[in-house]
Amino acid sequence: MRILIDLFLTFMKIGFFTFGGGYAMLSVIEDNCVEKKKWITHDDMMNVTVIAESTPGPIAINCATFVGYRQAGIFGSIMATAGIVAPSFLVILLISGVLDNFLEIKVVRSAFFGIKCAVGVLIISAAVTMIKNMKKKPFTIAVLAVSTLAMLAIDIFSLRFSAITIIIAAAVLGFAVFAVKGKKQESK
Amino acid sequence: MIYLDLFLGFLKVGCFAFGGAYAAIPLIRDVVLSYGWVTDETLTYMIAVSEMTPGPIMVNLATYVGRSQAGFLGAFLATFAVVFPAFLIMLLCMFVFNSLMKNKCFNTVIGTLKPSVIGLILAIGLYMTAEAFCDVKGSFSVDFRALAITAILLAAAFLPPVFGKKKISPITLIIFSAVLGIVFCGV
Repeated sequence: MRILIDLFLTFMKIGFFTFGGGYAMLSVIEDNCVEKKKWITHDDMMNVTVIAESTPGPIAINCATFVGYRQAGIFGSIMATAGIVAPSFLVILLISGVLDNFLEIKVVRSAFFGIKCAVGVLIISAAVTMIKNMKKKPFTIAVLAVSTLAMLAIDIFSLRFSAITIIIAAAVLGFAVFAVKGKKQESK
Repeated sequence: MIYLDLFLGFLKVGCFAFGGAYAAIPLIRDVVLSYGWVTDETLTYMIAVSEMTPGPIMVNLATYVGRSQAGFLGAFLATFAVVFPAFLIMLLCMFVFNSLMKNKCFNTVIGTLKPSVIGLILAIGLYMTAEAFCDVKGSFSVDFRALAITAILLAAAFLPPVFGKKKISPITLIIFSAVLGIVFCGV
């Protein structure tokens, strides 16, 4: 019972303090669930990020479901997901009901001016942590570099491809590597 | 019926939105505008509010649109619908997770996906950092206040570990950034 409440409150905290969407949330989830609570390992965090990127829906929901299930099964996953959604739901209800001119408030605009600068920094920080924990081989470094450049090009030139194109390409490459490895072992 | 429409519309968003909210915004626009729930202008405002409020952008937007169309129940149904597919898919992944990780083929594919996904995240981080102080897509004009804030935040995030100090927690960094914004832009 205690773990269910802990899951709900921890993910509520994560949801409440994350701006700018799921990617920025990865740093906060890593800090809380891996470093502080030790609910999952760096490796788990990496696996769940891969699954989240390859499946539809908000990334944060995938992470909450994963951590919750690991700690306390289906009820855990429900509590963690409810926790991460609760702040969004309550804050938006409040804003749409009471603060019709939310974007016009000077202090909100000023604070968000700063927060907007932090979103990118937090995402880089999440990537740096993942690179530190990655197995570094020439092959993985090459895939990392090509994916980074491809995604930057997509963003800068507003190409009609999206992240999922790169993921599919990487998956196909993975299958090819597996097939080639299998052939080599057969010939031995 | 509006409740059913909201549920189905956002279920579609939840089922097909890959790569986070920014990548999914065209899909969300398409769904919301095709039902004629709000005008294009209102939707742009709602997206801006969703980016500025805490939590996953898609969830914020679902709550916002749902509430505007059908009150509390509308907000609840739209939010539930946008979250449910990701929740269910992840739960199904968990049931087969351990046996999948023992599968050699799956392991090789995940091994290639990992550096690729890290690359995507790094690229999005670099792009959003640059975009915060520079008009990357147009005139390349630089906002010096934003540049100063970004420089301070980068130093706060990455310098302490270099000097053997403890890393600043992301939540502290967010609060610090809001304070910097207020200091630089006033109240």
